[in-house]
Amino acid sequence: MNRRSESIRNKLLPAGALCLLVLVWWGLAASGVIPNYMLPSPADVFGAFIRDFPVLLSHAGVSLTEAAYGLGIGTLLAFALACAMDRFALLEKAGLPLLVITQTIPTVAIAPLLVLWMGFGMEPKITLVVITTFFPIAIGLLDGFKRADPDAVALLKSMNATRGQIFRHVKLPAALPHFFSGLRVSASYAVVGAVIAEWLGGFEGLGVYMTRVRKAYAFDKMFAVIILVVIVSLLLMKLVSIIRNAAMPWLRYRQEGTGSN
Amino acid sequence: MELLETSGISKSYDSREVIRDISVRLAEGEIVSLLGLSGSGKTTLLNIISGLVRPDAGKVFLSGTDITGRPGQVSYMLQKDLLLEHKRVMDNVTLPLVIRGMKKEEAAKQANVYFEQFGLAGTEKMYPAQLSGGMRQRAALLRTYLASHGVVLLDEPFSALDMITKGQMHRWYLEVARKIGLSTLLITHDVDEAIMLSDRIYLLTGTPGEIRHEIRVPANRDDRKDFDLKPEFLKCKQEIREILRA
Repeated sequence: MNRRSESIRNKLLPAGALCLLVLVWWGLAASGVIPNYMLPSPADVFGAFIRDFPVLLSHAGVSLTEAAYGLGIGTLLAFALACAMDRFALLEKAGLPLLVITQTIPTVAIAPLLVLWMGFGMEPKITLVVITTFFPIAIGLLDGFKRADPDAVALLKSMNATRGQIFRHVKLPAALPHFFSGLRVSASYAVVGAVIAEWLGGFEGLGVYMTRVRKAYAFDKMFAVIILVVIVSLLLMKLVSIIRNAAMPWLRYRQEGTGSN
Repeated sequence: MELLETSGISKSYDSREVIRDISVRLAEGEIVSLLGLSGSGKTTLLNIISGLVRPDAGKVFLSGTDITGRPGQVSYMLQKDLLLEHKRVMDNVTLPLVIRGMKKEEAAKQANVYFEQFGLAGTEKMYPAQLSGGMRQRAALLRTYLASHGVVLLDEPFSALDMITKGQMHRWYLEVARKIGLSTLLITHDVDEAIMLSDRIYLLTGTPGEIRHEIRVPANRDDRKDFDLKPEFLKCKQEIREILRA
């Protein structure tokens, strides 16, 4: 099978699985096995999505802003901490277990505390996004720094390179693929994190809107929000992939394997 | 005066002596091989000469100056080409100059002169993944040359290449070394390669590794075309094999 047909197959397979899932959903809703008020049909959800699109869009803008701030701050923090842990082994030994512990705390448990401490504004939402997005990036970077080729490090040492030069020319580029893998995961967490934080209080955002429509038992609108969150998360992940490809153009040639003897 | 010289180098790891009392010398423009079986301490010696590792005893001199334990004085090419995949070929070969503090543009200007000579013309803006195995080795050699003060240490640089490409690289290296007057200390376990490329061969044998034999290759370096088919080559090879087997 050539590369082109393999690529088409790789795209068609998940699209087919998604279509199948929607068909099953449709079948369940149409057959009445699950009452329509509990599981609205895909057509009802699509209708609610179109009707409420302007409202959804304005709430999505708020959630996205929180997610973007949180992801940005989380990324910067993760970068700084991973660099410090790579530089000082003692800090890594002391800090890594703490970092892991922070990830065992459920998001829904810490969110109310954040609201109590910081109020109903954007701050607790952004903080929650920082907490959820920070870990995959920090761990990815730390792992990437460790995977730098020791022979390449030895080569630079033989050139009398400073620690900073070795970091810049070898370690950081080696960590970039791991950084982007972490960022991709974090991007998907960011919107979800913001929505969860909004559930617990606030004035705007997809989470706030979701709470309102839940109270009104408007299940079709709830599904419309869920679908929008999925779409926004997927778009964010795609954006990270685009940035990744632009930041690492050499990967294209490695994948193509254009060199020959 | 010798360009590069070591005197009485010894090194142990965890109380196990790896090399003992190694003295080698390399004159300007000369190619000298250090031939030995696996585990004879060849790479340890090169690490010491390049300044990456300090010897327990002995000194390394470059043009009479003591450079023991000082990296950055002699350039070093390891078994892998170690081109940085994220850097274009030009940025890879100029890396040692940039590390020394030279501006990127100035380093590129200095390197540009050699691209044609090293058979790399047109590859300046390519990534290493776009190069063939032979071209990658040439780029790594150019980087090693630009980092050097006229002396390069090569640790089995052609071992990963196929037989045909290796033969081409040998011929090319002899030519380029002659043109630019490069002095080379080559580590190899390939007897044919050592004879084809070198003026002299040191045989590193025993445990710990010691140099007990030095062989002068019986042919001028300018006269190495089809040398591997000549009786002198086979006689030299036979002599080396007997010593290594003993």
